[in-house]
Amino acid sequence: MNNKPKIGVYVCHCGVNISKMVDVDAVTEFASHLPNVKVVRNYSYMCSDPGQLLMREDIKNEGLNRVVVASCSPRMHEMTFRKTLAAAGLNPYFLEMANIREQCSWVHEDREDATGKAKKIVSSAVAKVRLLEALYESEVNVEPATLIIGAGIAGIQAALDIANAGFKVYLVEKSPSVGGKMSQLDKTFPTLDCSACILTPKMVDVAAHPNIELMTYSKVEEITGYVGNFQVKVRKKARYVDMDKCTSCGVCAEECRLAGRIPSEFNENMGKRSAIYLPFPQAVPAKYTIDPERCLFLTRGKCGKSPKCVDACLAGAVNFEQQDEIAEFKVGTVIVATGYDVFDAAKKPEYGYAEYENVITGLELERLVSASGPTGGDILIGKGENAFVPKEIAFIKCVGSRDKSVGNEYCSRVCCMYTAKLAHLVGEKIPDANVRVYYMDVRAFGKGFEEFYDRVRREGVRYIRGNPSEIFKRGDKLVVKVEDTLTATPLEDEVDLVVLAVGLEPRKDVREVIDLLRLSQSSDKFFLEAHPKLAPVDTATDGVFLAGCAQGPKDIPDTVAQAKGAASSALVLLSSGKVKIGAQISFVNEATCRGCGYCVDICPYGAIELVEINRMGNILSVARVNDALCKGCGACAAGCLSGSVQQRSFMDRQILPQIAVLGVMR
Amino acid sequence: MNTEIQSFIQKYDLLGCIQCGRCTGGCPVTVRTSLNVRRFVYNALDENMLDDLAKLPEVWDCTACNTCAVRCPKGLKPVEVLIGLRNILVESGVVQPAVRDALESAFREGNPWKKSRATRSDWMDGLEVNIVEPGEKVENLIFVCCTIAYDPKVQVIAKNLVKVLNKSGVDYGFIGNDETCCASEVYNLGEVGEEGLFDMMVEDNTELLNSYDAARIVAISPHCYSAFKKQYPNLKAEVIHYTHLVKELLEDKKLELTKELPKKIVFHDPCFLGKQNNVFDEPRYILSQIPGAELVEFDRSKQRSLCCEGGGGKMWVETESRKERLAETRIGDAKDLGAGLVAVACPFCFLTMDDALKAKGFEEEMRVAEILEILGELID
Repeated sequence: MNNKPKIGVYVCHCGVNISKMVDVDAVTEFASHLPNVKVVRNYSYMCSDPGQLLMREDIKNEGLNRVVVASCSPRMHEMTFRKTLAAAGLNPYFLEMANIREQCSWVHEDREDATGKAKKIVSSAVAKVRLLEALYESEVNVEPATLIIGAGIAGIQAALDIANAGFKVYLVEKSPSVGGKMSQLDKTFPTLDCSACILTPKMVDVAAHPNIELMTYSKVEEITGYVGNFQVKVRKKARYVDMDKCTSCGVCAEECRLAGRIPSEFNENMGKRSAIYLPFPQAVPAKYTIDPERCLFLTRGKCGKSPKCVDACLAGAVNFEQQDEIAEFKVGTVIVATGYDVFDAAKKPEYGYAEYENVITGLELERLVSASGPTGGDILIGKGENAFVPKEIAFIKCVGSRDKSVGNEYCSRVCCMYTAKLAHLVGEKIPDANVRVYYMDVRAFGKGFEEFYDRVRREGVRYIRGNPSEIFKRGDKLVVKVEDTLTATPLEDEVDLVVLAVGLEPRKDVREVIDLLRLSQSSDKFFLEAHPKLAPVDTATDGVFLAGCAQGPKDIPDTVAQAKGAASSALVLLSSGKVKIGAQISFVNEATCRGCGYCVDICPYGAIELVEINRMGNILSVARVNDALCKGCGACAAGCLSGSVQQRSFMDRQILPQIAVLGVMR
Repeated sequence: MNTEIQSFIQKYDLLGCIQCGRCTGGCPVTVRTSLNVRRFVYNALDENMLDDLAKLPEVWDCTACNTCAVRCPKGLKPVEVLIGLRNILVESGVVQPAVRDALESAFREGNPWKKSRATRSDWMDGLEVNIVEPGEKVENLIFVCCTIAYDPKVQVIAKNLVKVLNKSGVDYGFIGNDETCCASEVYNLGEVGEEGLFDMMVEDNTELLNSYDAARIVAISPHCYSAFKKQYPNLKAEVIHYTHLVKELLEDKKLELTKELPKKIVFHDPCFLGKQNNVFDEPRYILSQIPGAELVEFDRSKQRSLCCEGGGGKMWVETESRKERLAETRIGDAKDLGAGLVAVACPFCFLTMDDALKAKGFEEEMRVAEILEILGELID
């Protein structure tokens, strides 16, 4: 190729976005005098078909070998114009964008000054484009398997979709059963479908699917590698029960010396379980697990003469010798579906959640109305003989949501509707109950939500606009101190039961997942998506996707939709089998690298490591870039003390002349 | 005019309010007055209404307990809006004589009680008290509070603190007649104008307190404590409440309570100590060390404690209401608990609660006492 630069400069009007503040004719005239510039044109929309055609024709007819497009941000149309160059037979990396819109016309108010600045921007792009080199993208193979962390409804749905498409899925769940928070719900809004009835079949499918390897009671300990080639290490914790032998008959739990003495997590600590337990009747896998922190034999080394579970199990499944196992495997993509925690109501001491047994959370009420719950579906408050059926019931919304006083500014998106649902269910269970809902706003935004809200009100649930401030006791009643803001009446509402519609929070163990995958968090501390609108399931790490409430509060329909989106994104990589590696990445000049490791520390993607090389008999340490991990951010190149790390298309000898042009111009 | 009003809206972030009503919902005085702070926040958005709003009598019903500000989900401080409205009256000079006199006395004599500065230390007569001079090194610089210094009903608090300090042998010093009002109540009465009396007093006090080589400033009143913590950005020394100090003395065995007090004691949390500054454990620890005493709790305690109506300028402005005072409600609750002693840790709480006890006629079976007063009786 003839390397003498022949540059084409294309100045875009962008309708009037640029031309109203920048004199594009003056910029065109100016550019025609710049060195090596052969063609200059301006056009109303360079990105349009006719605009691109102009460029292609000039490349062919005038023999252009470099192109400057003076238009918008490279984030907007750099890819568009790279394709234009490629279509004309030119290497797509012989392109330089001169951003005269976002960095010029949009931010200035003086047309003359803006035009002057546009000229500078164009001249610096021309100075750089001459020095660009041809670059070529490379490809790596994608391991045809996916790791999914978390087996709530998000993880389950994503796993089924990917497995049904014919790819291998490793589904890893921390707790003994799949199902997540959805398995704790009684009915779902707004259709009042029985949660277990719609979830349980999917739980069973996940366990039975030939393409899904389910690992419950397991934890991902390490993920290394990069898109297409992640190496995963999972710890399968000892259950002390042989999964192949356990028939799930349940005699062990009945016999356990601690039977009925350990708070059941599934029932929000209201019901009791044994030390050997099945979390809930529909649990998958239907295999018992021994709680190592509670079991007498495991904590004290002694349980009577011999552990009762061992004696009771006819299948001989209990095995105290069992050890944790480590599983290692390779996957091409990862989906994070780790879910959420409910807000801890004790963080709002004014509501007395920690003091009063008749102040409960929505999830606790969910367990009380559930047939599989601690009361068999009766709304009974209190224990034993003192248990009573409440008649005057108040719901309080936005507990731990939209509330700076506890640091959560966001709306949790599900509380309005689960409150409406629970208020309806209370009416079914206790027909003579008086139910009121204290609210700041009612957000019934989803399909069928407003209709359901209408229905619940007509059933007699009173909505009173006011955010309660305090709960205290008067006799055997709870007093809700609140203002009815629509009538400006301060109230002391005496009730039997207060239900706090607690919001959703990032999981307390969120740090563990961040450390595994170098994920970022948004200001609400949920995981940050790559783009809030156009890449809502992607992350900044290629090949890692988000599903469900790990990314932010969601209801079940949205969670399932997002899980399907994450599965689809993962499948794009899995089914193509190959992934392109960016071309504008860093490389190391090993001849001058001193192996100080500074770039290794700087790199936010873990893409650089120190390797030992043998140079004429001397073992030396030098930095080396993993092309698949490098995102081309340039931090290493900027930080390198000896100039040995360079980023392609942004090498010192390319950008220093670009900057110099800016300096000498006035 | 417009820019001034803009600044009222901006100063109190009124546009951030979503009218949820948590402020009025939590306001303790709504059970006896017509104050609705949420509506003030809403109405103050209309620039033409500010002067009219300021004239409404319920502006003076606020006790500055700060419950509304502590709980606001949007981080607003509704209480400050009421104080801002009081400021409109104070600036224009149309304010109750009692308020005017208190502010003038604070300006002239360094206390809001119309007492002479020269008599501020008279309560010390006959006591052995360490006074420190500026520049002197002192571990604990004691700040007395105007009410404790001048009101014969509560001087006993300071006198007993001297007893406790001398007994424990800890290094301390009082300021003497140079001590000047912390200005907390000056602020709450509405003297909040730019470079007004409050700013001036903060500046002078900062200079005075920084002139000592003190490790800590020990405030006796929660009101002084809260002001120093939150409204004095330039103090050099650490600020603590006396309950922090006494807890230390008990833990280090520098102070030992030898006499028995076989009584049921209930502690009433001062708003300026508890709700506003989250000091809940220290007073309870001290009371728990009393031999023979049984500590019980109000249902409404700690973050849910009920205000006694002593703060926010209420010492000078009476609320027009025939409904039961909150302090009387509190005394009633204490009686229901079977408490023989209501312990307080604030001079204002002492005054309101003791009045309420007498109004209820419970003097025979019950007593209100400040913690220092109780301690003074338990050591020799």
